[in-house]
Amino acid sequence: MRVLKELCRQPAAVFGLVIVLAVVFAAIAAPWLAPYAPDNQMFDGLTLEGAPMPPGEQFALGTDTLGRDLLSRLLYGARTSLIIGLVANGIAVAIGLFVGVTAGYMRGWVGGLLMRFTDLMMAFPALLLAIVLAAILKPSLWIVAMVIALVNWVQVARIVYTETRGLVERDFIMAERALGAGNARIVLLHVLPHLLPTAIVWGTLGIATTVLLEATLSFLGIGVQPPQPSWGNIIFESQSYFQAAPWLVFFPGAVILLTALAFNLVGDALRDILDPTQRGRG
Amino acid sequence: MATLLAKRLVQSCLILLGVAAITFVLLYALPADPARMLAGRSATAQTVENIRRELGLDQPLLSQFLHYLGNLVQGDLGRSYAQKTEVATLIAARLPATLTLMAAGIFVEVLLGLTFGIVAALNRGGAIDRIVMASAFVGVSAPQFVVALLLLYVFAATLGWFPMSGYGTVAHVVLPAMTLGILGAGWYARMARSAMIDVLNQDFVRTARAKGLSGRRVVLRHALPNAILPIVAMIGIDIGQFMGGVVVVEAVYGWPGIGQLAWQAIQQVDIPIIMGVTLTSAFAIIVGNLVADLIAPMIDPRIRSH
Repeated sequence: MRVLKELCRQPAAVFGLVIVLAVVFAAIAAPWLAPYAPDNQMFDGLTLEGAPMPPGEQFALGTDTLGRDLLSRLLYGARTSLIIGLVANGIAVAIGLFVGVTAGYMRGWVGGLLMRFTDLMMAFPALLLAIVLAAILKPSLWIVAMVIALVNWVQVARIVYTETRGLVERDFIMAERALGAGNARIVLLHVLPHLLPTAIVWGTLGIATTVLLEATLSFLGIGVQPPQPSWGNIIFESQSYFQAAPWLVFFPGAVILLTALAFNLVGDALRDILDPTQRGRG
Repeated sequence: MATLLAKRLVQSCLILLGVAAITFVLLYALPADPARMLAGRSATAQTVENIRRELGLDQPLLSQFLHYLGNLVQGDLGRSYAQKTEVATLIAARLPATLTLMAAGIFVEVLLGLTFGIVAALNRGGAIDRIVMASAFVGVSAPQFVVALLLLYVFAATLGWFPMSGYGTVAHVVLPAMTLGILGAGWYARMARSAMIDVLNQDFVRTARAKGLSGRRVVLRHALPNAILPIVAMIGIDIGQFMGGVVVVEAVYGWPGIGQLAWQAIQQVDIPIIMGVTLTSAFAIIVGNLVADLIAPMIDPRIRSH
């Protein structure tokens, strides 16, 4: 509650929060909000020449090259983006926490090995790796989420590792150990709760990265596959047409930008609130 | 210094070896059959088998990998399956285009980022600061391909100032470099701002001001050189990330660099090229980080003693 109150004191964070809630609402309520079915190829959705309809009375944001309502596709696309954002990011944060805590707590050769592996992953060209994996595996929503998680956990692991090493040195952990507490108890009851703010902050910021990455993969045609709508593949399907129908790039592009911006704003504000050492910087 | 350098070099080689091993396993363990792709749809099982033997794909994975490594240390990246050319030659032919784009992109990025970051720091808390920081946030959150398509729409298709795609003249570089620059400038602006704020609060800046030096001289000659370190480090990291990240921009603008080469190879499951580009990118990332670490003590003598 305290966090929420402080969040509401920052105009930028409130702006972000409103957009995040709007996207969540759109994703949940898509079937009721959407004026048409997202994959309904309508006869009157195309002009007499067979071109997409510009935004107007019947189709608020216009139609795409197959005569489907853009607004409806964008609303359903919010589902795709959010599902991938939550799944991919959940997995990434979980892997990051596991690797970071294990390496930071165990030290020794296990910790060394895990951190060398993390260093290795840092040297991997992440976007290239994601593109290669997504292209070779049969693309689907879940594969895209997996690929993104595989690329995104590294940063979380590094931060968690540094924090865990700091925590292990602290007196209350030493005291626990002196009292005879086992490793599992210390990690679960004392280390993890202290890492919760970090996990929340990076989980939120990570959704912005994930939304952008999913859109990029789908834009290249190796992400979520049509007819299932995703903000990226709407642009992919219409990019050769964008001079004649710029709204097909403009609206999905704006939605991607706003969503990523919103999660970045909220994540940044959360970092300020949850980590006072960062306050007033950046 | 020499031992540190030697240690870092050994480390770098090990990381490169690790990247090679992981990429190799990923590419060969995944359900894509390069022999099948090469033979085409109508090929008989016998033809596919022959191609597989010819490419050495029938060997066990470990011996294939050792063979690859043996060639790699001699600078041989293998032959492209589809194009029947040396991968090293293909990459070398594409590298100038990507390096040109990288230089132009980083130039725009640093120029915009530094300028706005410094202006924001000098107006800390004011309206200009807020506008700059808000724009930086938008830049950081913008999807590359959307910015690329919008710039194309406005400046190429509508205004006709720049060509739609291609390579060769200065005009061709402008839009791709702007795309990369606009997006990256946000990070630089944020970093330059916080570095400048740190420095501007220090005593020697106050002394310089007290001596009666002009505001501009204090900022450019006294404060900026002390705030430049994180920015230099960031350029190093940027150079590394760049190579793996150009696929999208090169695809949109039809820029004939290694990103485009990689993208074509990915679609044809041309594994030697994918390996080659991945290793080149990893090499760039490692060198970029190394250069950033090595330049730091030259700029800031305080680091030298560590």
